[in-house]
Amino acid sequence: MVSTTTPVALAAATLAIRGENVCRHYKMGETLIRAVDGISISVRPGEFVALLGSSGSGKSSMLNLIAGLDRPTSGRVVVQNRDLAKLSREELAKYRLHVVGMVFQSFNLIASMTLLENVELPLRFAEVDRSKREMLARESLERVGLRARVNHRPSELSGGEQQRAALARALINRPKLLLADEPTGNLDSHTGTEIMEMLGEFNRELGMTVVMVTHERALAERYAQRMVFLADGKLIDDRLNIPSAGGRA
Amino acid sequence: MKIPDLTELALRNLRESLLRNSLTTIGISVGVASLVAMLSLGIGLQQMASRRLVKSGLFDTMVVTSRREMRGMGREDERNGPIPGESRVLDEAARSEIEHIANVAEAYPDIRFASELRFEDKPHLTMISALPASAKSNDAFEGMQGAFFSSDTAPEVILQKSFAEELLGKTPALGAAEPNVTELAKPLLGKEMTMLYSQREASPTPPLRGNSNSPEVAGASYSVISRQQKLKIVGVSDLDPESMRGPTRAKVFLPLGLAESLHVMTPTDLREISHAASHQPVYSSISVRVENPAQVQPVEDAIKKMGFTTFSILDASRGLRQFFAVLYAFLGIFGSLALIVASVGIVNTLVMAILERRREIGIMKAIGASDGDVKKLFFAEAGAMGILGGIVGVALGWIIGQVINFGTNVYLKRQSLPPEHFWAVPWWLVFFSILFAFIVSLVSGLYPAGRAARLDPVQALRYE
Repeated sequence: MVSTTTPVALAAATLAIRGENVCRHYKMGETLIRAVDGISISVRPGEFVALLGSSGSGKSSMLNLIAGLDRPTSGRVVVQNRDLAKLSREELAKYRLHVVGMVFQSFNLIASMTLLENVELPLRFAEVDRSKREMLARESLERVGLRARVNHRPSELSGGEQQRAALARALINRPKLLLADEPTGNLDSHTGTEIMEMLGEFNRELGMTVVMVTHERALAERYAQRMVFLADGKLIDDRLNIPSAGGRA
Repeated sequence: MKIPDLTELALRNLRESLLRNSLTTIGISVGVASLVAMLSLGIGLQQMASRRLVKSGLFDTMVVTSRREMRGMGREDERNGPIPGESRVLDEAARSEIEHIANVAEAYPDIRFASELRFEDKPHLTMISALPASAKSNDAFEGMQGAFFSSDTAPEVILQKSFAEELLGKTPALGAAEPNVTELAKPLLGKEMTMLYSQREASPTPPLRGNSNSPEVAGASYSVISRQQKLKIVGVSDLDPESMRGPTRAKVFLPLGLAESLHVMTPTDLREISHAASHQPVYSSISVRVENPAQVQPVEDAIKKMGFTTFSILDASRGLRQFFAVLYAFLGIFGSLALIVASVGIVNTLVMAILERRREIGIMKAIGASDGDVKKLFFAEAGAMGILGGIVGVALGWIIGQVINFGTNVYLKRQSLPPEHFWAVPWWLVFFSILFAFIVSLVSGLYPAGRAARLDPVQALRYE
């Protein structure tokens, strides 16, 4: 079902994400930091993958490469048959807008905007008409249970609510790929579970491919179908998992 | 992103740092205000100057003389065309013909003669000229004491200030302060003076043999009679209405109708002796006033075709326009300086905004904003500050202008001078000032917008 060692074995067209010997090196003064150091990974459409590792293991860097926020120093990242390295800055922006939805540890909502405005922001970049935009944003917020909070600003909400709003924003463009960077990192375990349940639900019901970065193994075991372990920018383990909570059998 | 969305987001962002953005916008306003103030002063001065010039009659009036007046000076005018001696005489028929040329407001003879005036039994020799009723609106009579002639034939006289000084024996020493016209007028207004002059009168001519119809012979003789005319002093003018006339300028003025009826002997009468005796006098020159200065050239051409020589000061107005073009440029440059300083403020504000909103820019990029979107957003913010600053600045400039205008007029009033409107803010200035502020702001936004657009989203998101 899953292969990381022989990606060629899988037909390329059936893959959601394919990383081939991906490297991302930074120079910090004289020292070269190998944030991602030769990772090859394949993710099939509709998979829920957890990237695990301690701080500095390169999991967030890998996620940024998949998100098209960063470019690999060498190697290839192919998402939905797009070689991200070959895309222009403009095309990468379009890719982020239409293909990827992102959720962050610190929610990353814009403080000066209401939830509705935050959620409809990607649609502004997509030049969707105002009325349609508002309708979609309301729909999306309703889906995450924030119907009553549309006109509140992020600071007036709890962490869980903010992350739900961030999820609503990530969903608004109906992305194929949902990338979550420590989505429960700033939440207590109860709200964290709530968010994870939602991620799982989107994965199952909307058929979204989910890649989640976390350092909490227990969380990954409960929800992810596959766990990829990174350390020092290298892939050290890649194993299947049967989610213990509500996951797909 | 669509323009309404951009504008909305830009205004929202400006509201978020209200104080800082307001201060920057005020900076732009002050710049625009100084530009508007400077340029509207220039425009106002130009309008005032052209108003004055039009009123002065320098630009809508030309002097027509007969070619017969030219004698052996070898000027270009003289060399071309018919021989002066054989050309047309400037008589009443010619005057009437000129008056009927399109766009001619009036054509009146220039009656000018030297004469003796007696005031309180003292003789004063001076140059006298006649004024048409239309001269009433001439600028030179602004600030005149007394009144203009009650009618075109009234036995009345207006004195120029320097002649009034002479009559009162108050001619100031060189360099001393000139006496006030109000004080000069007090003892003179309403007083009478006597003008001594020579009248030409046609002699009853014996019927001639042969060509009795020929005007050349009809009045071949006339007599010169010494006469006196009592004149009432009705006005003392402060300014010199004939400053451009040079040595022939008059210091005493009579109503034109009166002057014509007196048949005063003038130098031309001697030359045109055959005409002089008739009741159809020959004029040495005619002043022709057109309806507006733009018509001077065609009218002048038409009169030249009739065989007369004309003179106008059209070229001077061209020089004046050039002067104002230079003045505009200087005022514009000085006015723009403040706006350029303000534009540095915009750069500063936006660079600060990038630092503050780094994370926000990162978020926008992460959720799909392109470099172009971010760039446009910062441009929109700069542009919005420019337009707001422009509008406030124009209003501010207008208010400053009104205050200065008011203040100056209070001062002019204290100096007993007539009020003057030397301030003008035409619509094009309003439009271009706002446009200029907008463009300057956009240019200021170039660097910050480019910098924001190039921001690395990964680093921006890491920024707390």
